[in-house]
Amino acid sequence: MAFTLYSLIQAAILCVNAVAVLHEERFLSKIGWGVDQSVGGFGDEPGIKVQLMNLVRSVRTVMRGGCPLHVYTNWLV
Amino acid sequence: MDYTATQSGSRQQANMRLRNSSMDGSDGSQLFEDTSRAGSGSQTGYRNQQAGPQAAGFPGQSLLSDPMSNLAMAYGSSLASQGREMVDKNLDRFIPISKLKYYFAVDTVYVGKKLGLLVFPYMHENWEVSYQQDTPVAPRFDVNAPDLYIPAMGFITYVLVAGLALGTQNRFSPELLGVQASSALVWLIMEVLAVLLSLYLVTVNTDLTTIDLLAFSGYKYVGMIVGVVAGLLFGKPAYYLSLLWCCVAIFVFMIRTLRLKLLSEAAAEGRLVRGARNQLRMYLTMSIAAAQPIFMYWLTYHLIR
Repeated sequence: MAFTLYSLIQAAILCVNAVAVLHEERFLSKIGWGVDQSVGGFGDEPGIKVQLMNLVRSVRTVMRGGCPLHVYTNWLV
Repeated sequence: MDYTATQSGSRQQANMRLRNSSMDGSDGSQLFEDTSRAGSGSQTGYRNQQAGPQAAGFPGQSLLSDPMSNLAMAYGSSLASQGREMVDKNLDRFIPISKLKYYFAVDTVYVGKKLGLLVFPYMHENWEVSYQQDTPVAPRFDVNAPDLYIPAMGFITYVLVAGLALGTQNRFSPELLGVQASSALVWLIMEVLAVLLSLYLVTVNTDLTTIDLLAFSGYKYVGMIVGVVAGLLFGKPAYYLSLLWCCVAIFVFMIRTLRLKLLSEAAAEGRLVRGARNQLRMYLTMSIAAAQPIFMYWLTYHLIR
């Protein structure tokens, strides 16, 4: 119960890392969460699944482009 | 000759700075009344600390009659003002100070009414925030507007009351205050992040800002304090009763406030509107409101044994 700010930062980093290492070809396309499967509903109703997929994709893009900590994702892709 | 010239020069500089500061005060914020007008003409220009040393200089000119020290003071104050500008500019990038000022523009009447509303929201009729030319009205003019004063004070009071409760059970030590504070802060941050994430996923077009969500999540500290104080004074049954009352009150308060902001127009008026999206928004509102009593219980049950 005794949460500290440090444990929050730790948890946040681990979660972002977990999202960043989801592989596009090997995993996301297999379960139907690939980036090519998100185009569908035009209009004002993206839906939760499309939003989640966009969120995953943007986290992975940001992590790949920015942090030197996540350079190792290159060999995964 | 030039000694008096530097004296009068510095005095003019001090007057210019005082005048500039009072002008800034009146332009920058209609949120706050400028009660320093009477004092700005006198030596205590507290708004502008750089005028301080110079203002103290010229009534007691005998104290600082050395022109070198005057020069040094002028240089030092200009350095200080440069440093302050830089800090302000950089700080404004991360924490929008001007926007925060809106949330602290409260007065006693507003605080009293809002606290009453948090504990007893059943008689209040009109929950809409009134606007004034596209900007929401400052909290002191509208009791429905969110503010950050009550959550901030509530958080601090909660930490102090938690320390008091632990002290009556001989479980107190000064580190525990810090532990309580950081724990509650972490839960608050996680709740705000969870609400932001769910708002993003449901693609609600709302004008709720992050600070608004912080304010709404901070209103539950009032109920927690009431519960803990009642438990301290009258024992465990009183704690459970008052916590139950405050939980229901916060639930109703959140639902009635968020209904106007998250749901579409028709649904907010109470008519049943079908459609998956409206249902989703309704569920979202209910779950945000239901999370408040859960947190209220979670953060206080270990204080009352």
